[in-house]
Order: sequence, then structure tokens, then C-alpha cells
Amino acid sequence: MKALRLLLFAAGALGLAAAFVGAGRKLPPVGSYAGAYGEVLNAVALGERRATDVVSAVNFDYRGLDTLGEEFILFTSVLAVATILRRQEDEEDEEDEPKWEPRKAPESDAVRTLGGVLVPLMVSFGLYMISHGAVSPGGGFQGGLVLASAPLVVYLCATAKTFLRIAPPGLTRAGESIGAAGYVLIGCLGVLAGKTFLENVLPLGTPGNAWSSGTILFLNLTVGLAVAAGFTELLSVFVEEVLRREA
Amino acid sequence: MTDLLSVLPYAVAGWLLLWGLYGIVTSKNLVHLVICLVVMQSATYVLLLAIGYKSGAVAPVYADMPPGTPAVDPLVQALMLTDIVVEATVAALLLALAVQAHERGGSLDPARLARLKG
Amino acid sequence: MSMQLAPWTVGVPLFFAALLVALGEKLPRLVADLIALLAGGVTAAACALLFRAARSGPVVYWFGGIRPRSGVSLGIDFAIDRMGAGLATLAAVLVICALLFSARYFEKPQASFQALLLAFLAGICGFALTGDLFDLFVFFELMSTAAFGLCAYKSREVGPLQGAINFATTNTAGAFLTLTGISLLYARTGALNFAQMARSMGPHDALVLVGFALVCTGFLVKAAVVPFHFWLADAHAAAPTPACIIFSGAMVQAGLYAVARLHGALFAAPLPGFRPALLGLGIATCATGALLCYAQRHLKRLLAFSTVSHSGAILCGIALVDPSAYAGAALYVVGHGCVKAALFLCAGMILHRLGSVDEVMLHGRGVRLPWLGALFALGGLLLAGAPPTALFLGDSMLDHALKGHAVARAALALSSVVTGAAVLRACGRVFLGWGPREPDAPGGGETDEEPETDRGPIPWSMWLPAVLLLALAFASGLVSREAAGRDAARMLDPHAFAAQILDGAPPALPAPPPEEPLGPGLLHAAGTVVAAAALAGLTLGRKRLPQAVRGAVASVWSPAAAALRALHTGEVGDQVAWLTLGAAILCGALALR
Repeated sequence: MKALRLLLFAAGALGLAAAFVGAGRKLPPVGSYAGAYGEVLNAVALGERRATDVVSAVNFDYRGLDTLGEEFILFTSVLAVATILRRQEDEEDEEDEPKWEPRKAPESDAVRTLGGVLVPLMVSFGLYMISHGAVSPGGGFQGGLVLASAPLVVYLCATAKTFLRIAPPGLTRAGESIGAAGYVLIGCLGVLAGKTFLENVLPLGTPGNAWSSGTILFLNLTVGLAVAAGFTELLSVFVEEVLRREA
Repeated sequence: MTDLLSVLPYAVAGWLLLWGLYGIVTSKNLVHLVICLVVMQSATYVLLLAIGYKSGAVAPVYADMPPGTPAVDPLVQALMLTDIVVEATVAALLLALAVQAHERGGSLDPARLARLKG
Repeated sequence: MSMQLAPWTVGVPLFFAALLVALGEKLPRLVADLIALLAGGVTAAACALLFRAARSGPVVYWFGGIRPRSGVSLGIDFAIDRMGAGLATLAAVLVICALLFSARYFEKPQASFQALLLAFLAGICGFALTGDLFDLFVFFELMSTAAFGLCAYKSREVGPLQGAINFATTNTAGAFLTLTGISLLYARTGALNFAQMARSMGPHDALVLVGFALVCTGFLVKAAVVPFHFWLADAHAAAPTPACIIFSGAMVQAGLYAVARLHGALFAAPLPGFRPALLGLGIATCATGALLCYAQRHLKRLLAFSTVSHSGAILCGIALVDPSAYAGAALYVVGHGCVKAALFLCAGMILHRLGSVDEVMLHGRGVRLPWLGALFALGGLLLAGAPPTALFLGDSMLDHALKGHAVARAALALSSVVTGAAVLRACGRVFLGWGPREPDAPGGGETDEEPETDRGPIPWSMWLPAVLLLALAFASGLVSREAAGRDAARMLDPHAFAAQILDGAPPALPAPPPEEPLGPGLLHAAGTVVAAAALAGLTLGRKRLPQAVRGAVASVWSPAAAALRALHTGEVGDQVAWLTLGAAILCGALALR
């Protein structure tokens, strides 16, 4: 069986490699791309949306529907992971669980100090990245991830109890749902204003300010909330066994 | 030399894709399998970014540049951001399945976990 | 104006999914169920209204109000044609049935299951309605992620976990190949909107052909076409029954729809390699699916392989790139979706009431459930092509369109006969106690799948969706073939489509393809139904046949079945190896013409 598998793969890989070579010869050489879509976006995004970061403008305005789908992919995946890993109420405890030594809080001063320094740094940097998505590289997804790393550092540098106190399951679930539903609601602002879904109907401000680009700022905030809460929930679900026994 | 450089990113993308597939086909460990899927996904990142690159152009962030400066294609970067989130979520899901499979089946080897056949 | 309904199809299910997750545990069960059903119902109504509005041509909705400028589209649009709206409505109806069925299926309130179903619905609606290639990919991934979650829902046994892992790995690998293809097509066209891409595609050289082949690969993985089909049976065996109905009823067909839609929207003339490649794959899929279906004793795997077989039939229709074939394929999808979903619900009811889905172990245990048996048998007859469903109409249209391709017509007939016979055989064994108590094919496959629910009498919330779906299958037979033909012709005209999307021209009004009389179709259906019943009867009564006949059949059937089943090892490495080979074959077939 294994030999058959490798044979099939070898044939397939050779074929795909040949296909790639054939297609690659017709690709424009790296560095000489001239597609219309990108050029028009670069030309108009600053003027039309007052957003200096064109990539964010694309993600949250021109192609905002993609980001709605993407945010809900994250939401669905966290939901699925929670149903896969969370212990159900009707599951019995196994009798042969090994004796569990609760992990003590790290005694090293270096670790605790590092934690104490890193966490506020990460939180503030994360919030900065989220709110300045339209101004500089960053945005809801990237900033949300940085924000979600802060509870992880807390877990590593302190005990599970502390982690649960700052990120209880109810809070993360609520945050995720509010972030996800918030995107849809902000999209509805356009409909309420008599225009289309996800239209940028808020005042646009001046480029370079955090408070600019209309709905892009608020979409970044909701996405940041959803991503931060979602990844924190992922973390807590993966270590749930540990949390359940320690806390 | 410049000819090689102008196709090298595409070749790297193709190589990563095939190597990721090879890893999945010969994997004996579910966590290794998930990482190989991530490698496959990285191939698409390299391909997208290579496609959108323009020599001599800057990043599409006009915070400190005059508007109208030639910038690389912002669209592929936006697509890549979406891509990354998609890949991370699927990886999380597969890893959760791997954790549960290890707990119930005692093994992370796909061959040892095969119960549904035929 | 009804086009304003377009964002509701995606926004409503997503919003209520988030709401259910936030509040689900706190609300009383009935309220949560009603909220989920309401969300599903509103979405179904929106899709149905859009279906009606698209009567005279695609309905276009630009999100964010970002309209194209001088032929360059900057935003994302929904280009809602009848085929897409029809698929979305079918999916919405199936999700409503799944929500109804699952109301009493799980003992405890299941807000997360309902949220996953709603997220899936949003994904498939966006997938069917969008006019942008990357948006198609994003909604494809949303649909897939929700499907993975549904498949792995509360899995605690290794078997279901393995099924979910196979499902997730193969479909994700396919999705990455699709993304590679999208990047290649973007490199050529500089656009992601279908209409704009059609205009800037340039010569059909290796880049375009390989790109298109790779894009189709991911969709064909979802469509469970040979050699990408290995994951389907595992996933169906793993998933709870309400999830199975939407996998077989709408998700597989969505992959096929995407291939048809993309080819129609991007290329004015059929690509030279398209027809032979897809016909070949379609025939292989029909035959493999049918044979494996007949060799199963696990009812859900049996139905899953029958889905594979019917998927091959639809693919043969798509290969022809012809309005009447596409119309036939569309009707086939609708009819098959309703019938297959009803059959899965019956299997779920069997599992609930009798505690098993193993056909051989259930021998005769359903004798006191005549109504369930009647439903199951009716489903089997309809699957074999009995009129007057849309499946019958589609089958006869496809058979007519495939004139000149004798092998394909034979494969389609084989598919109807064998899959219908398998269901009828199972019905006879379980509900009438006929047939030997030994399996019909070598190679094991016995299952001790635990019921997902407490056993007991079947509640109305399980009966009702099955009966409704069969009634819908009959009602679908009233669909106008002429309208379907006109919609299919519109789907195959990229120039008119691009003119409407980018230039604001009014939609085209093509002439519908000539409608052939139903006589030959009725004859063909009579033939397949009788043959299916005969095959089932002969299998069940084989002990009465002369030894020579039995020996002859067994000498052909047993090695073939055993060989095919041996290939289905259930290991993900094998499945991805086949996927790689399949992708290479597709690239080669399209690019080497």
C-alpha cells in the first residue's frame, strides 16, 4: 500500500511540476506586474477614503465583504474547536487519571518581571495597531493577535487561576460574538442610510489621523475584538484540561 | 542572473507546494501533517507576493510619502492577509482533532487511527 | 427593489449565528430553536425572492456602493443568476430541514450546532451568489470550515475523528490548490471580478489553462469526483445525520456549480480539453460510486457513495458546455438534493429507532415500521429515476444531451440503476426481512455505530422534514424546462454577462434550447426503475438462483468489489496522494490540448 501511495504521488508531483513550469514560463517576470486593479486602488484610495494604508482600505472598505467572511471563518473555527475539545457535562471522568501536580507559579523573578513588563506593552501596542489600521500597516487582525498574546504571557508567567480571572470563558465568548455581530451591524449602517451594505457612510476625517476613514476604524475595532477574544478562547480551550485541574 | 532572480520566487512557491504535499502523503504524525499543510499555504503566500511585486516601488502606505509614488500591488497583500487567517483557523481545527484523536485513540499516527475503511 | 435582499442572504444567518453563540446557553431551548429556524426561514425567503427576480437576467448588487470605473471593478459584487439563486434556496431549505430534525435529535440544547448550520448557510449562499473569484474562495472556506465543525461535532470515537481529519485535510489541500490557481489567473488578468477577468484573459496559453485547472481541482475535491472522492464516505459516516443531508444535498453540488459557473463566465468558447477531461472523470466517478455503493452495508456510507455516483452524472452534463445539458444538470441537482436528503433523514430515523445503521445487522428489524419503510422505498424508486421529480427530468435531459457519447449514457444509467437498487435492497432487507443474513460484498465494513440519540419512537420533528423533502421532490417536477434552458444559455454567454456587469447593459434574452418530448425520457426512466427493482430483488433472492449463475456473478463481482474497497484505506496519506495525481491529470488534460 505504501509503495502504491508513493508511486501515485510521484506521478502526480511530476505532472504538477511540469504544469507549474509550463505556467511559470508565461507569468510576468517578478517585478514587472502591471495589473489594472492594484494601480487604480493605489491612485484613488487616499483621496476617496482618506486612508493612508491602502491595504487596510482594500480589506475593510473596497473588499469589505471578504473580510466579513474571513472574520466569520475565524468565528466558526473557534466554535468548532470549542465543541471538539470542551469536555461535555455528560462525559464521565476517567478513573485512571494520573495524579496531577498543579503547576506552581514560576518562582523566577526574571520570568515574573518579564511578564509584568511585556503584558502592558503588548496590550498597548495591540490596541495601537488595531486603532491605527487605516493609517499605518496593521489593523484588526494583526493587532488582535498581538492583544491575544497578552493573556498567553500571563498564563506562562503566572498561574492558571490568574489567566482565568482575566479571560473567563464567558467574557471571551461574549467578546467574540460581539465582534462578529458588530461587523454585520456596521455593515447595516449603510443600508439604514439608504445605501448599500458595507458602504462607508461615516465622516471620513483627515488622512493620517487615527480617527479617519469612516467605517474603516470601527470595522478594525470590531475585528480586533473578535480576533483577540477568539484566539484567547482557542488558547483556553487547548489548555482546558490543565485549567480544569489547576483552577 | 537577473533571469534567474525573476523566476526564483515562482520556483520557490512551486517547490514549497510540492514539498508540503509530499509531507502530508508520507506523514506519520498528525501534528507534522498540519505543519505540512501550513507549508503548502506558505507557497501561496510566496506566489501571491511575487506576482504583485514591482521593482523600485515602495509599500502601499502613503503615510509619509507623497501620493502618486509608485507602490506595489496592495491587492495581493490584502488577499494574503485573508489567506493567513483562513490557514490559521484550519490549522487550529485540525490540531484540535489531532489532540482529541490522541486522547481517544492513543496515537497520532494516521495509519494507526484508520477505522473507517472500504 | 428585490436586489436589496442580496446582503440579507449572508448577513442574516451570520448575525444570528453570532447571537446564538452569545446567548444560546442562556435562552430556553424552544426560543433558541425558533431563532435558528427564523434565521433559516428569512434566508430561504430572501433566496427565493432573488430567484424570482433573476427570471429576466442576473441581478447585480455592488457591496459598499463601489461600482466599476471604466471597465475596472474595484469592489465585490453579487451577480445573482437563477442557477446560483436556485442552489442557495435549495441549501436554505435543506438547512431548515436539518434544524428541524436536530431539534429533538440531541438531548441537550445545541446552540453551537445551530450556529454552525447557519454559518454554513451563509457560506453557501455567498458562494452561489458572488461574482468575484476571491470572494468565491472566501465563502468556499467559510462553508468548508462550518462543514468541518459539523462533521466533527461532539466526536468522541476514533472513527468519526478520522473521518473529520480526512475531510478537513483533503478539502483544505484542494482549497490551497484552488488558491494557487486563482493567483495564476490574477497574474494574467489583473482582476478578480468574473466579468473583468473574462475580458482580460488574453490567449488561452499554459498559464490560463493550468490556472483554471488548479481552480477547478479544489471545487472537484468538494464535489467528490474520482480520484478526489475518498473523503466523502468517511465524512458521512462521521457526521451527525442532520449534517449529512446538507453535505450530500447541497455542498457537493456547490463544487460542481462553481466549475460550471466559472467556465461559463470566463470562457466564451469551451476549452478544448474541458469536455474529454470532465467526461472521463464523470464516467469514472459514476461507475466507481455505483459499484462501491452496492458493496456497502453501512447505510450512511451507502448513501454517500451514491452521492459520489450522481455527482459523476452531473459532471458529465457540465462537461458538454451546452445549454440543455446545463439545464438538465441543474434540475438533476435540485431533484437529487431533495431525494438524497430525505433518504439520509430516513437513515437517521432508522438509527434513532432501531439503534444501528448496519444493513445486515438490521435484517428484518424494521418489520413493524411500515411507514418508514414506505418512505425509504419511495426514496429509492425516486433515486432510480422515477417520474415526476426534477431528478427524472434532469436525467432525461442529460441522457438526451449526451447523444453520441454512448459510454457516458451507459454510466449515467448504471448510476441510477445501481444506486436505486442499493436503497431498495437495503429497504427489503431491513423492513421486509428478505434476503440472506450475510453481506453482499466481501471485505467487512460492519459497523457498530452508536446511535447519536436515545432510542425511542420517532418524533414529528424527524418525520416532518423527510415527508416535506419528498413532497418537494415531487413538486420540483413542475419546473419549466424552457426557463431552465434559457437560464443555462445565459450562464454560457460571458460577453453579455460582462456587458451587464461592467457597462450597465441590460441582461440578454437568449433563445431557449429546443425542448425535446418527454416520451423517450419516460421510457428510459421506466427502464432504470424496473432494472433497479430487479437488481435489488435478484440480490436479495440470490439463494434461489442456480449455482452456476451465482458463481459467475460472484467471480466478477467479488474481486472487483474487494479491489475497490481495498483502495479505500481510510488513511489520509493515500487520499492526498490520489489528490495530487488527480490534480496533475486535470492540469495535463486541460493544458495539453
